[in-house]
Amino acid sequence: MEPIKQHTGLIYPLDRSNVDTDQIIPKQFLKRIERQGFGQFLFYNWRFNDDGSKRDDFSLNNPMYKDATVLVGGENFGCGSSREHAPWAIQDFGFKVVIATSFADIFYNNCFKNGILPIMLPRHEVNHLLERAKDEKVTLSVDLVNQQIKSDHGLVSAFDIQPYHKDMLLNGWDEISVTLNYADAIDQYETEKAK
Amino acid sequence: MGRPKTIVEKIWDQHVIHQEEGKPELIYIDLHLVHEVTSPQAFEGLRMKNRKVRRPDRTYATMDHNVPTLHRHIIKDQISKKQMDTLKENCDEFGIRLADINHPDQGIVHIIGPQLGLTQPGKTIVCGDSHTSTHGAFGALAFGIGTSEVEHVLATQSLWQATPKTLKVNVDGELGTGVTAKDLILAIIAKFGVRFGTGYVVEYTGEAIRKLSMEERMTICNMSIEAGARAGLISPDETTVEYLRGKRHVPKGEEFEAVAQEWLSLATDPGAEYDAAVEINASEIEPQVTWGTNPSQCVPVGAATPDPSVLEDAQEQDSIQRALDYMGLEPNQDIQSIPIEHVFIGSCTNSRISDLRKAAEIVKGGKVHEGVRAMVVPGSFSVKQQAEAEGLDTIFLTAGFEWREAGCSMCLAMNDDIVPPGERCASTSNRNFEGRQGNGARTHLVSPEMAAAAALEGSFVDVRKFGATVGG
Repeated sequence: MEPIKQHTGLIYPLDRSNVDTDQIIPKQFLKRIERQGFGQFLFYNWRFNDDGSKRDDFSLNNPMYKDATVLVGGENFGCGSSREHAPWAIQDFGFKVVIATSFADIFYNNCFKNGILPIMLPRHEVNHLLERAKDEKVTLSVDLVNQQIKSDHGLVSAFDIQPYHKDMLLNGWDEISVTLNYADAIDQYETEKAK
Repeated sequence: MGRPKTIVEKIWDQHVIHQEEGKPELIYIDLHLVHEVTSPQAFEGLRMKNRKVRRPDRTYATMDHNVPTLHRHIIKDQISKKQMDTLKENCDEFGIRLADINHPDQGIVHIIGPQLGLTQPGKTIVCGDSHTSTHGAFGALAFGIGTSEVEHVLATQSLWQATPKTLKVNVDGELGTGVTAKDLILAIIAKFGVRFGTGYVVEYTGEAIRKLSMEERMTICNMSIEAGARAGLISPDETTVEYLRGKRHVPKGEEFEAVAQEWLSLATDPGAEYDAAVEINASEIEPQVTWGTNPSQCVPVGAATPDPSVLEDAQEQDSIQRALDYMGLEPNQDIQSIPIEHVFIGSCTNSRISDLRKAAEIVKGGKVHEGVRAMVVPGSFSVKQQAEAEGLDTIFLTAGFEWREAGCSMCLAMNDDIVPPGERCASTSNRNFEGRQGNGARTHLVSPEMAAAAALEGSFVDVRKFGATVGG
């Protein structure tokens, strides 16, 4: 996994609450057995008409956001299904950071396994970013080491992250390799409690 | 005796492998259920690193999401076929038991775990599927995981998890006639919202919960994730023990009696403390129908859709208006005025034998309304066989329902069972998200009884009055 320490990028504002993983990646694309290549299907039903043409009523199709790497959403982002295809699609599309007022547990957890930094901010700050980025390009700098974000129009804010999650992203750890260091403890547990 | 503990604390304490300050804890996973959609990349990950499955004996796989429910041996969709073939190859290679589409134990993963007795109180159970919370009905700590964690559990039989916070949902009182476990969980989500459980493990307690059968309890725990809770559970009691007695994978004879005592001892101690608690009274609950695009957008069948213009919060206004627009509904529209084109009775929420029996009682002697396509998809091959032995298939078929093979089917429409754009479905499943049952499809979540009544009426109807008018 690619480590992430600092990131600076353009915001894409998605001002909707309860964006579920069925919207992030609809089920018809879950049949693939690969891990790559899901970006083209991100928000598919919102981005495309039935004939495959782009919908002009969905803001991600606005060329202004073409190079966006920071997705800002509303409440309860990533609710619903456990499909990791959702963070795979977000990452493959080019996003590195997702900001929301709250996240669903499984989605939040899945982000860390894929080098995506999910950041929770208070509602007034998220609303501020959504409002600003609606009509103009807003660049955000994210500093994971110091747990701080800074926008190019002056919003500065600190964010919380569990040390374990932070270390995972900073180091780009393969979690299984970490756990295999505890193989003796797992062996012992199995001998005592889980034959 | 020490401090009183909740069942969650007791299970947790028994499963910690390693703990240290400032880190999540490494916990042991007793049972790992696997299906075709969220596992191929995990097995591929193992292969790339030359890793083995640590405990194939604690791993059990089936095919459910993709399987056709009609002519199941002819899989037209080559990508689906490839995914199912891949699961078979992976299970062969890594030595994992698999109930494939030719196997008598095949079914929806959350239906067959309990049915086979693999699901037991006190176990930690995971699956790459958010409705793994279903198994919590037995007093197991069961939750959905992503594919990276599927790979992690395959390789290590463990997971790093923060100690869960607990939330008690207490339900006193008694459910009225015609009001089901599905109505109860929908009413809970409608009252407290789609994220009140986020960050918690929910324990359902109270008189009304104790009275529920195991299958009803599974319906409740199944939808915990729709309230944001990864896991929802119910302390084991005699109902739990009696359901499991004689199941294939539970101990027999004296050994069963001993293990049953252990199960019962897991129940939350009187006086145990939770991190949060909410309450609802079962006797106030009426049959529910969702009108919107998340499960909390739900009202009693006698009510109407909300009017966003009376709300003060602009974001909330916008979100309700967006849902109404997607659903093709007006503000203040009577639920019973909404005509439907499809009925789906199935899914890990409501496709067990008791669900089919209750739906059949409503359907018996009636006819599916003109212009309505109705289907019943049993949760497993075994549920299907049992229903056929009881003649339920004949009741459904005579009334004009389709009678299908087991699978997830129209709950998420990964196979051919799709609701066309703009059409409306009364569904016993768990999610009414945009496009869930097909691009542009409009889903209304209801109980099996309400779905059956809607099929005959062609629109939503209060099942309590419906029973009276047809003499049921």
